[in-house]
Amino acid sequence: MTLSLDDVKRIANLARIEISEGDAQQTLAHLSGIFNLIEQMQAVDTESVEPMSHSQDMVQRLREDVVTESDQHVLFQSIAPQVEAGFYLVPKVIE
Amino acid sequence: MQWEIVIGLEIHAQLSTRSKIFSGASIAYGARPNSQACAVDIALPGVLPVLNQGAVERAIKFGLAIDAKINSPSIFARKNYFYPDLPKGYQISQFERPIVEGGHVSIQVGDREKTIRLTRAHLEEDAGKSMHEDFHGMTGIDLNRAGTALLEIVSEPDMRSSAEAVAYAKTLHSLVRWIGICDGNMQEGSFRCDANVSVRPLGTEKLGTRCEIKNLNSFRFLERAIDHEVARQIDILEEGGRIIQQTRLYDADRDETRSMRSKEDAQDYRYFPDPDLLPVVISGEWIEHAKKSLPELPEDKRSRYVKQHGLSAYDASVLTVTRELSDYFDQTVEMLPGQGKLSANWIMGEVSGRLNKEGLEIAQCPVNPEQLAGLLRRISDGTVSGKMAREVFDSIWSGEGNDADAIIAAKGLKQISDDSEIEKLVDDVLIAHPQQVADYQSGKEKAFNSLVGQVMKVSKGKANPAQVNSILKRKLSE
Amino acid sequence: MLINASLKQLSLLLSEKKISSVELTSEFLARIQTLNSGLNAFITLDEEKSLAQARDADEMIASGRSMPLTGIPLAQKDIFCAQGWLTTCGSKMLSNFVSPYDATVIERFNQAGLVNLGKTNMDEFAMGSSNETSYYGPVRNPWDLSAVPGGSSGGSACAVAARMAPAATGTDTGGSIRQPAALCGISGIKPTYGLVSRYGMIAFASSLDQGGPMAKSAEDLALLLNLMVGFDERDSTSLQRDIEDYARDLEKPIEQLRIGLPKEFFAEGMSTDVASAIEAALDEFRKLGATFVDISLPNSKLAIPVYYVLAPAEASSNLSRFDGVRYGYRAAQYTDLENMYKRTRAEGFGEEVKRRILIGTYVLSHGYYDAYYLQAQKLRRLIAKDFTDAFQQCDLIMGPTSPTVAFDIGEKCDDPIQMYLSDVYTSAASLAGLPGMSIPVGFGKKDRPVGLHIIGNYFKEAQMLNAAHRYQQVTDWHHRMPSDVKA
Repeated sequence: MTLSLDDVKRIANLARIEISEGDAQQTLAHLSGIFNLIEQMQAVDTESVEPMSHSQDMVQRLREDVVTESDQHVLFQSIAPQVEAGFYLVPKVIE
Repeated sequence: MQWEIVIGLEIHAQLSTRSKIFSGASIAYGARPNSQACAVDIALPGVLPVLNQGAVERAIKFGLAIDAKINSPSIFARKNYFYPDLPKGYQISQFERPIVEGGHVSIQVGDREKTIRLTRAHLEEDAGKSMHEDFHGMTGIDLNRAGTALLEIVSEPDMRSSAEAVAYAKTLHSLVRWIGICDGNMQEGSFRCDANVSVRPLGTEKLGTRCEIKNLNSFRFLERAIDHEVARQIDILEEGGRIIQQTRLYDADRDETRSMRSKEDAQDYRYFPDPDLLPVVISGEWIEHAKKSLPELPEDKRSRYVKQHGLSAYDASVLTVTRELSDYFDQTVEMLPGQGKLSANWIMGEVSGRLNKEGLEIAQCPVNPEQLAGLLRRISDGTVSGKMAREVFDSIWSGEGNDADAIIAAKGLKQISDDSEIEKLVDDVLIAHPQQVADYQSGKEKAFNSLVGQVMKVSKGKANPAQVNSILKRKLSE
Repeated sequence: MLINASLKQLSLLLSEKKISSVELTSEFLARIQTLNSGLNAFITLDEEKSLAQARDADEMIASGRSMPLTGIPLAQKDIFCAQGWLTTCGSKMLSNFVSPYDATVIERFNQAGLVNLGKTNMDEFAMGSSNETSYYGPVRNPWDLSAVPGGSSGGSACAVAARMAPAATGTDTGGSIRQPAALCGISGIKPTYGLVSRYGMIAFASSLDQGGPMAKSAEDLALLLNLMVGFDERDSTSLQRDIEDYARDLEKPIEQLRIGLPKEFFAEGMSTDVASAIEAALDEFRKLGATFVDISLPNSKLAIPVYYVLAPAEASSNLSRFDGVRYGYRAAQYTDLENMYKRTRAEGFGEEVKRRILIGTYVLSHGYYDAYYLQAQKLRRLIAKDFTDAFQQCDLIMGPTSPTVAFDIGEKCDDPIQMYLSDVYTSAASLAGLPGMSIPVGFGKKDRPVGLHIIGNYFKEAQMLNAAHRYQQVTDWHHRMPSDVKA
């Protein structure tokens, strides 16, 4: 399959990365090369193979339902770009 | 053209855990902004989620209560999208293998019962809150709610009217509180509904294009929003237009729905299994244990009330609106065997009416089941009339006394049920009112009521009215 | 000579109070002062913090509370969050991020009284094989300043090779400990996935990332593993196992050892200089009594394509949290929220990181998931199964760590695919979650180091370290130092 310039722009938008027309062209060239490499995967028949998400065959450990965390918002917000009255500030969200 | 309405609901129930689904931060409502957003909740680089057993436990209980399949293993997946109140840029949710699959609930619409099928219920984390006011043109983000455990309950498109949708939502609202997994507080957002609405020509199979309405945080809004949306869709179709699949927001202030985003710019959520979380295995023992911890469910109670106490389906459903109300009924009737109907009438009538008037919950009722049973016992054995009983009830309610018998004695409310005593009263009245006697005997039926009134008056209301009636009739015909 | 001493020797000097931790730390800090401007191995140094920790360590030793390695200074890869330290992950995105908390690995070292010497340079978000993607500039290979040190743990590898630190931490997703160890002529081990906690280790690809030590010798690695490995309830993928002493088997003879040589690792692609160094190393193992078995890992040729689907997919999601809202870089100019996101991420991430985010976004997107992501997950299982089969016939698997010696800075910058092929031998073990290590076994072209790759079965770290240690007892490659940086 071939990647198009529109694909590059679509995924850049999904990933929230600004991309100029020129950069999109160059990115397309790079990604196309990488996807040529990736295409090798399609040669293998994996019909009956279970996908593998984790390298260990383990099950989820569960945490007891107890409160263990205390208020650290002053520390955490000391490294925030913009805060006011305990809130993180962002440009207006329009719904 | 005749249109058929098709509705499916997605309900988000906040689970009543102590801590968040993937972190040890508190979920208490109303804390100062971001004071309950820990390192995991604000998604600091390097932090990792660990699943809360309490959340899984509650989901299992829900699955058992709706007779669904509990999936094991169950898988967590990431739903990727950007939003400032979603700190990781993805929501940990479930896609394939949700914890609960299938199941059904029965709802009561008027005197009709209907079964609604559920598609699934899955665990996920809640997002934070965006505050659009007070920040001079910017938006303030509070992440206290981020990471609160949610159960998203998805129904099949089985509802055919807003009334059915409301009945279904109320049934689930009652159920989640009943089994103790959600506090159901709709003002605080603990129980939120989204409705998928479409219409199709009556008699056709193919589903129409649907719109999703979000932000429905009361049953009244749910009903109004659906009615508006149905009318909007029918208008468009009847004018030859086409419904565009979209998400609409219900604006309670303007009482209308408006478009948020259309399918064309719909999100591509890129779900994939969360590599930070492993498959959740739920043992048969765990399920058995959860089963044992479940209280008797509303549906089971309803059918028992009909069978055991001879109540109507409607009465049974009213009494099972909350677990507390049904417990009150159960306790009352336990002390008053054979008087289910009387108990139900009083609890749905006098007790509920008075609670409503004073804005109280059944748990705060000043008259406890034992007191009510004591009072009803005196109605059933003829000691007091219904009218007197209400007076006694008022006295207990207002704290004048504790016990019906004591109040009856103190107020001298005891009904006169002795035949000879009543005969004497009747004789006196007949002598004192010859004109009415003559009127009655000349065919004026009304005069009879007047004579009854006179007897009641001289007895100061204590004479048993039924006995007065029959004795008076006998005497007049002698 | 202090800078070339083993951890065991340094620990002995410290516990016998022949040297203090403050003196030792100062000595290394002084070397860093001299050498770092030319090598760029460190992003952040904080002499006061380091010396304060050293004083605490000396107090622990004085009061008899010392533990193994108390007082040893260690360079930390800048991917580990350390409270109060700038933790950049090699990115402009985190160029102002002073971590408010400690990673579990850092916490464990702190509790044992080790000293944080500074935070080492790395490929941005660990994405790279040459350390050229760092926002803080490339690290130079101390053996040849025109060569790359490998990556992503290039700063750590350089720091150890140039003896600016006795040892360092690294992380390995597809080869990021082993390949730079090989290119810098040091030893490094990536343990079995799940042994070292990932809590506080900034995530690249969660199902592959694994922390591990980088040091001069296998013996040093064993001592460091003893501190790094351990169950952590904050990491759901952390394994609950009995504590083991990774140094217990170091001295064991290896006469019964069966070494598997996968034909795929000795095929085309490996340069002749690397091949001859590897051959010579295998000869040493033969002399030590090991036997060789020809094996095959037929699906390992797909490890690179599979890796470059799965790792970017997970990364695209893991890196979504860098949005300029709660910490880190936020663009100075923007028009609205969407624009703030897009500019912040366009300006805050470097080219390689953006490339991988885009690959990952694409392979997870609607309509492509099955063909790419799901297919890669299935192939991952086949790759892992190849190893399971192979370990029926052998105890360890050996081959080259990298197909070539270190390449020149700038050589592969414009050719991502050539860069990706640097991990051709290491990524298969990562996908399987197996432990892998690299030890120095000589020099190739332009006198640049060659590394031998050792892959063990799950939890066989002690056996791998045993084999490596026996080899290092009869060779001296691990004692060699680059001449330019000798004190």
